[in-house]
Amino acid sequence: MSGSKKFMYINRHAPCGTVYAVEGLEVVLIGAAFEQDVCMAFIGDGVFQLKQDQDTADTGMKNFSPAYRALGDYEVNRLYVERESLQERGLTEEDLMPLTWEDEDEDWTEKSSIHVVDRAQLSDLMEEQDIILNF
Amino acid sequence: MKFSVMVSEGPYTHQASDSAYQFIRAALAAGHEIFRIFFYHDGVNNGTRLTTPPQDDRHIVNRWSELATEHELDLVLCVAAAQRRGIVDPDEAKRNGKDGDNIAPGFRISGLGQLIEAGIESDRLLVFGD
Repeated sequence: MSGSKKFMYINRHAPCGTVYAVEGLEVVLIGAAFEQDVCMAFIGDGVFQLKQDQDTADTGMKNFSPAYRALGDYEVNRLYVERESLQERGLTEEDLMPLTWEDEDEDWTEKSSIHVVDRAQLSDLMEEQDIILNF
Repeated sequence: MKFSVMVSEGPYTHQASDSAYQFIRAALAAGHEIFRIFFYHDGVNNGTRLTTPPQDDRHIVNRWSELATEHELDLVLCVAAAQRRGIVDPDEAKRNGKDGDNIAPGFRISGLGQLIEAGIESDRLLVFGD
């Protein structure tokens, strides 16, 4: 392996309806073992992936949303959510599930993994990446 | 330059695998290296040898197999995505009690770590998908 790269996983799809969200999350969780510089972005309908109180019981599909809570333990603790995408869908940060991580450098203080950013800020973040994977 | 490619849509339904194939051929012709081609989501359907398109259409699966032989390419199907979609090699067939396998020549089945490694080891990782 040749050093650490900056990976961004961009999530563009709603949690249900297509397989992209759940299979995208699988890549992030497996990829965490490689100790790269990892962040995630949620844009468009992808912001629905983080919606609180998801209930898929009537659809017959598995509700995989609790798995996002594991991200903090895998040191995936920068989840950028696009502000405009939330607004366009009538959502605010309060509609998202609380996702946190514990900062070992600050006596395991619990911090939020969710960062709501503007479209322009997200564009700048994308520019910084070595690898961008779209789901 | 050293490239890797992810194909994330199925053959015939979507142009992604055609575009990936054309890109890889062009890159090889220009003297570039292809480190790995990783098939994910419905992209794993690029790797079943049971595919039987009409005779007057391109044979996407055979095309991959031939390119892999010609250039010693590493074609990897994600194991989790492949299991969901019924793409199995002899080992997976045995392990899961299936009565046959269907992986096409030149492909192998492995884990998602192969995708991350491809990103780390290559100069560029290109995604062909929707």
